[in-house]
Amino acid sequence: MPQTVFAPWNDPDEKPLISFQGVTKRFGDFTAIDDITLGIYAREFFALLGPSGCGKTTLMRMLGGFETPSAGTILLAGQDIAPVPPNKRAVNMMFQSYALFPHLSVWDNIAFGLRREGRDKAAIAARVEEMLKLTRLEKFSHRKPHQISGGQRQRVALARSLAKAPKLLLLDEPLGALDRKLREETQFELMDIQEKTGTTFVIVTHDQEEAMTVASRVAVMDEGRLIQVATPDRIYETPDSVYVADFIGDVNIIEASARQSGDKVSLAWAEGQLPLIATTTKTFAPDQHCWLAIRPEKIAISAERPKAANALQGRILDIAYLGNISTYHVALPSGQVLKAQTANTRRIERRSFTWEDEVWISWTDTAGVLLDK
Amino acid sequence: MARRGQRPQTVSGVAMRRLILIAIPYLWLFALFLIPFAIVLKISLSDTVLAIPPYAPQIDLAAGWQGIKDFFGALDGENFVFLTSDDLYWKAYLSSLRIAALSTLMTLLVGFPIAYAMARAPDEWRPTLMMLVILPFWTSFLIRVYSWMGILANEGILNQVLTWTGIIDSPLQILNTNTAVYIGIVYTYLPFMILPIYAALERLDGSLLEAAEDLGCSRTSAFWLITLPLSKNGVIAGCFLVFIPAVGEFVIPSLLGGSRTLMIGKVLWEEFFSNRDWPVASAVAVVLLLILVIPIVLFQRQEQKQREAEG
Ligand SMILES: Nc1ncnc2c1ncn2[C@@H]1O[C@H](COP(=O)(O)OP(=O)(O)O)[C@@H](O)[C@H]1O
Ligand SMILES: [Mg+2]
Repeated sequence: MPQTVFAPWNDPDEKPLISFQGVTKRFGDFTAIDDITLGIYAREFFALLGPSGCGKTTLMRMLGGFETPSAGTILLAGQDIAPVPPNKRAVNMMFQSYALFPHLSVWDNIAFGLRREGRDKAAIAARVEEMLKLTRLEKFSHRKPHQISGGQRQRVALARSLAKAPKLLLLDEPLGALDRKLREETQFELMDIQEKTGTTFVIVTHDQEEAMTVASRVAVMDEGRLIQVATPDRIYETPDSVYVADFIGDVNIIEASARQSGDKVSLAWAEGQLPLIATTTKTFAPDQHCWLAIRPEKIAISAERPKAANALQGRILDIAYLGNISTYHVALPSGQVLKAQTANTRRIERRSFTWEDEVWISWTDTAGVLLDK
Repeated sequence: MARRGQRPQTVSGVAMRRLILIAIPYLWLFALFLIPFAIVLKISLSDTVLAIPPYAPQIDLAAGWQGIKDFFGALDGENFVFLTSDDLYWKAYLSSLRIAALSTLMTLLVGFPIAYAMARAPDEWRPTLMMLVILPFWTSFLIRVYSWMGILANEGILNQVLTWTGIIDSPLQILNTNTAVYIGIVYTYLPFMILPIYAALERLDGSLLEAAEDLGCSRTSAFWLITLPLSKNGVIAGCFLVFIPAVGEFVIPSLLGGSRTLMIGKVLWEEFFSNRDWPVASAVAVVLLLILVIPIVLFQRQEQKQREAEG
C-alpha cells in the first residue's frame, strides 16, 4: 500500500482549520502585522519563523484571543473568532515564559483548565495522569514549579496546554530557554506528541533549524509580512526570494543579469568572466537583474578544472573546520568570495587543500536557484 | 609546621568575622529592645512611691551582693494581679484588639483596590502614584490627625459640605466617636497596607492571567484563582504592619476618639502621666507586648515560609 504524504495544502478540497484573511494589526501607527492571508490545516505542525520583532508573537496572540486584528478576519474551523474571548476558544497556548502558576503544584497546574470546564473529579484525575505520563512527569506531580528544572517546567507547560485537548495548540518559542541538547530531544518529543494527539500545532521560533526539524510547513516572516510559506525542503531548496534564501541556512548570492533561452539562463555576473549557466522555470526579461542563490554544499572544489556547467578558478582565503564538514572561502579574481562545503571524509591532516591554494570551484546548472527578488 | 599552624588561624579569622557580622544585629536588638524591655519589666515588678523616680526599689550597687539580693527580694508581681482585679484593663485590651482588627480589615478593603490599581497603571505613572502614597509622611503625623479633627468636627468641613448639599439637616457627630478612630487608623496606616500589597501585585507576571484566561477562566475567576493567592503574602504582611501598631495606638484614640473609646494605649498614658503610677503603666505595657508577641511570631513564621518557598 503506498503511503499517502501528508500535504493537505495541496488538496483543493481540504479546508484549512485556521484561515487568516487580510489580517493587519497596528499598535498606534506601528504596523506589527501587515495584511496576512494564510491557511493552516488540521493536524499540521506549522512553524512561524522570522527575526525577533517581526510579529510572530503578535500573530499567535491574535489566535489566542489576546489581541484583536485591526483589519481582516481570522476563521477557526470556518467561524470568525474575533468576538470569541480567549477563555471560550478551543485554542490553548504555551507561553514563551511558560506562565506556570507558582502557587500550584505540577498536578494542579495541569488540572487547572480541566477544572474550569467543570468536569467530574475522576475524569480530571484520569486526564491529568494521562498528561503526566505523556510528558514523563509522573514523579514530579506534587512539586511546585520552582522545585523542578527548566526542561521539566517546559514539559509541565506543554502538558497543561494539551490537557484540554484543544483543536489548536500555540507554542511561542517553547524551547527558547533550553540548552542545545535538551532542545533537540524536546523537539522530537514535541513531534511525537503532536503525532500521538493529532492536535494542530503552531510553533513560533526564531531558530531556523528548529523550524526545519519539527514543522510540516514553515512560514518565513519579515516586518509583519509573510515572505514564503512552504515545506521545509521547499523553503531550503527553492526559496522564492533572496531574503528567504539568506535567512535559512548558508548561501552564496551572485548578482547577475539574465539572458534566457528556454529553461536555460545565461548569467552575466562580472566583467571579463564567462557567463554562468542556470536552469529555471521562471521567465526573465532580457538583461533582467537577478540573483543566483547557491548553497555551499552544492559547490564542489577541485584542483583540476572539472567538467561542469559552471567552473571558476579562485584562491582559498579561509577554511572553517566544523568537524564533520569544512567550509572553504574561495576568493575569485572578481573579488567576490564564494563558500564551498565538503564533507570531511578524511582526517584533517590529509585534506587536499589548504590556505592560499589555487583551486577550481564548480556546480551544475541545476544546483542554484535563480531569484528575481 | 608553619603551614599547619597557619590554617586554623585563618579559619578562626573567618569565623571571627562571621561572628562579628552576626553579632551586630543581635547587639542592636539587645541595646534597643531587650534593655528597654528589661527596664520596663523591672518597673512593672516594683511598687509605687512618692519619690523621683516614682517607684521602688532602686538597685543599690554600693551595698554589693546584699544590695542586689535585697533589690530582687523586693520585686513582686502584684501590679499584674492588680490588672486582673479591675475589669477596665482587660476590657481595654479586648477593645483595642477589636478596634485594631476591624480597622485592619477596613484598611485592607481600602488598600487592596488602591494597590491593585497602582500595579495595573501604566509604567510611567507608577513612580508618581507611589509618591502620592508616601507623600503624607512628609507632614507630621500629629498635624495630620489634627486636620482630621478639623474635617470631622460638628462644624467641620465634612459636615458643612453634607449640610450644604442637603444630604443632612443637622451635623453628624463623628468626632469623639469610635468612627473617627477607625477613620484615623485607616487613614494613618493605609500606606503600610498598600506598599506590601503593591509590591506583591507588581511582581505578578501578567502572562499568568493570560494563561488562566487561556485555560478557561473568566477575568473575575482569574482574579480569585491567581491574583489573590499570589498577593497573599503582601496582604498578610500589610495586615500585620497595620494591626500590630494599631493595637497600641494612643494618639488617634485620644485625639479623635471620645470618652467612651477604650483603648489600652490611652489607659497606659493615663496610668503613666495622670496617675503617675509607673509600675502599673509598665505592667500594662508588658502585657500588651506579650499579647503582641503572638502575631509578631506568626508574622515571622509567615515570612520565613515565604523565603523558603522562593529559595
Ligand atoms: N502591545 C504592544 N504595543 C506596541 N507595540 C507592540 C506591542 N506588542 C508588540 N509590539 C511590537 O510589534 C512588533 C512585533 O512584536 P512581536 O510579535 O512580539 O515580535 P516577535 O514575537 O516576532 O519577536 C515589535 O516591534 C513590538 O515592539
Ligand atoms: Mg516573540
